[in-house]
Amino acid sequence: MSEKYKKVTLESGIDVKPVYSPEDLSETRYSEIIGNPGEYPFTRGIHNLMYRKRPFTMRQYAGFASADETNERFKLLINQGQTGLNVAFDLPSQMGLDSDDDRSFGEVGRVGMAVDTLDDFEIAFAGIPLDNITVSLTINGVAIVMIAMYFAMAQKQGYKLNNLRGTAQNDILKEYVGRGTWIFPVEPSIRLIGDTIEFCAQNVPKYSPVSVCGYHIRESGADPVQEMAYAFGIARAYADEALSRGLDIDEFAGRLSFNFDIFGNLFEQVAKFRAGRRLWARIIKDDYKAKNPKSMWLRMIAGGGGGGLTIEQPENNIVRGAYYALISALSGTQTMALCSYDEAYTIPSEKAALISLRTMQILIEEMGLADTVDPLGGSYYVEALTDEMEKRIESCLEDVLVKGGMVKLVADGTIQQQVARQAYQTEKKLQSGEIRKVGVNCYKINEEERRVELHPYNETAAAKQSARVARIKKERSSNEVEILLSEVRRVAEDGSNLMPPIIEAVRSYATLGEITAVLKDVFGEFEEPVKF
Amino acid sequence: MNGVKRIRVLLAKPGLDGHDRGVKVVGQALIEAGFEVIYTGLHQTIDQIVQAAIQEDPDVIGLSILSGAHLPICEKLVEEMKKHDIGDVPIVLGGVVPIEDHDKLKQIGIAEIFTAGAVFGEISETIKKTTASN
Repeated sequence: MSEKYKKVTLESGIDVKPVYSPEDLSETRYSEIIGNPGEYPFTRGIHNLMYRKRPFTMRQYAGFASADETNERFKLLINQGQTGLNVAFDLPSQMGLDSDDDRSFGEVGRVGMAVDTLDDFEIAFAGIPLDNITVSLTINGVAIVMIAMYFAMAQKQGYKLNNLRGTAQNDILKEYVGRGTWIFPVEPSIRLIGDTIEFCAQNVPKYSPVSVCGYHIRESGADPVQEMAYAFGIARAYADEALSRGLDIDEFAGRLSFNFDIFGNLFEQVAKFRAGRRLWARIIKDDYKAKNPKSMWLRMIAGGGGGGLTIEQPENNIVRGAYYALISALSGTQTMALCSYDEAYTIPSEKAALISLRTMQILIEEMGLADTVDPLGGSYYVEALTDEMEKRIESCLEDVLVKGGMVKLVADGTIQQQVARQAYQTEKKLQSGEIRKVGVNCYKINEEERRVELHPYNETAAAKQSARVARIKKERSSNEVEILLSEVRRVAEDGSNLMPPIIEAVRSYATLGEITAVLKDVFGEFEEPVKF
Repeated sequence: MNGVKRIRVLLAKPGLDGHDRGVKVVGQALIEAGFEVIYTGLHQTIDQIVQAAIQEDPDVIGLSILSGAHLPICEKLVEEMKKHDIGDVPIVLGGVVPIEDHDKLKQIGIAEIFTAGAVFGEISETIKKTTASN
């Protein structure tokens, strides 16, 4: 070709041609490489009718200072047409600290709901129909305790565990890479995840105990290939742990779900999801010998997109959000969530959160995104890109496995270092203008007068919450709590499943901090390998 | 060694927030710009940061805070550093810090505040000036 054109390279390193044609597609037949929706290898979607039968679940992240306020917001969201809840916890709760702990200073109720005891769950979920609304708990380091509280609360409300649905994030490996709410060393943390998977497989079969997150790895700087490959490496580590308990792959693989990010080049992201779905199906079928097709499904929430939003000209984020939602709908996700336009600098305002929900609803109701399955399937470009993304994700994952697997590479800080380096390279390109970002390094305007509406921090939250814990500690049987905590310790030491004793302990209103302290005592704490 | 003393920066991540992309990116940029960088890692208490500052004897402390808790954290840190006779080490802050809080932070004793949009050159030059005037 003699004509000159600009070189285009995607974040994943793939060079994009100006024109694609049938010659770019792999020669193997449609049925083997792509397949119909709902059929192996599920490139086009895990269900045959996808959104035509049931649109994606819309699940915005929300959680306010106290259980009462959270309950109020949940009811508002349900009234506005939201079909799932995603609970945000404050940082002390994510780190297993009670509200009256010194280390919780200044943080109680700041970025989500404060949880100290089962009482907080009972208040937050009062009057929420848990059989119609699926609840996702965004919790990791102490997920086992929060899942126990959720189960205990649901049982008290009269729901049966064997019918209970919902999801917990419960992905500790990605916490060491990004997001950072780790507590215990890597090995015992994996054991806790194994305990939740095993307990759910045997007692709460419709609950998804783990949502493996490529999302936060990408938000920490990874490119789309690393995002998928590292997530699959992590999912393999959890699957290996569950298998070591004597479970069969088909007993739990169908309940593993994933959480991926949606910002970036539209076609690259859509190809990432299609490629990921195909590769995961192959891994579970070929490497893990699953027989049930459901075990091979890459069930996911594709959402967020925070990494693409900017603090500059924040209204542009409404437009970005709409495109990210489009990416998500084109990806064939099961659940969608969207970062709100003000999320680059604050917890979303009610108005911003509503715009996000309406963005998703407009796609379904007005734009035809729920009408036909995988509408980009068959595009020369998207199919060629899907093939190339699959190759790159597989080779990146292979590299992880060859070097010892995710558990080892996270424990020694290798993955963290790779992601931090990638983040630095990206930032340099942004600052040099090599990567274009509207309003940031091009099309800038003078914004010195920018004043934004911020989510106010409730200064009284800590005092209120501490008073509540104090009251509960007085009302509960301290003798019973002590006995049940020592049972948690005994089981933590002997290595059997911790879910049953933790459920008993939370029922007696043992606090999150008390249970975590026992586990810290037995397991120790993670020492962060600091490498640049 | 070229005989020029490198500026020693203690980067610290106080509080419970675990978002460390920013601090790690800035740390790499400072190293590339010739600074000596010590990073505490996540989840540092005020006391741990003060102890690290006493041990490492930095020319400047760089805090990264994205949780919104910058006011209470900075107030406490400045107070504790004074108590331990290291109140003269300048502190710079990076993160999600609304403009409304900048004056309050300067009053507390924070030397400089970097928010989204701050470029590497600006950060390293400002740190050089801050340490030189100290």
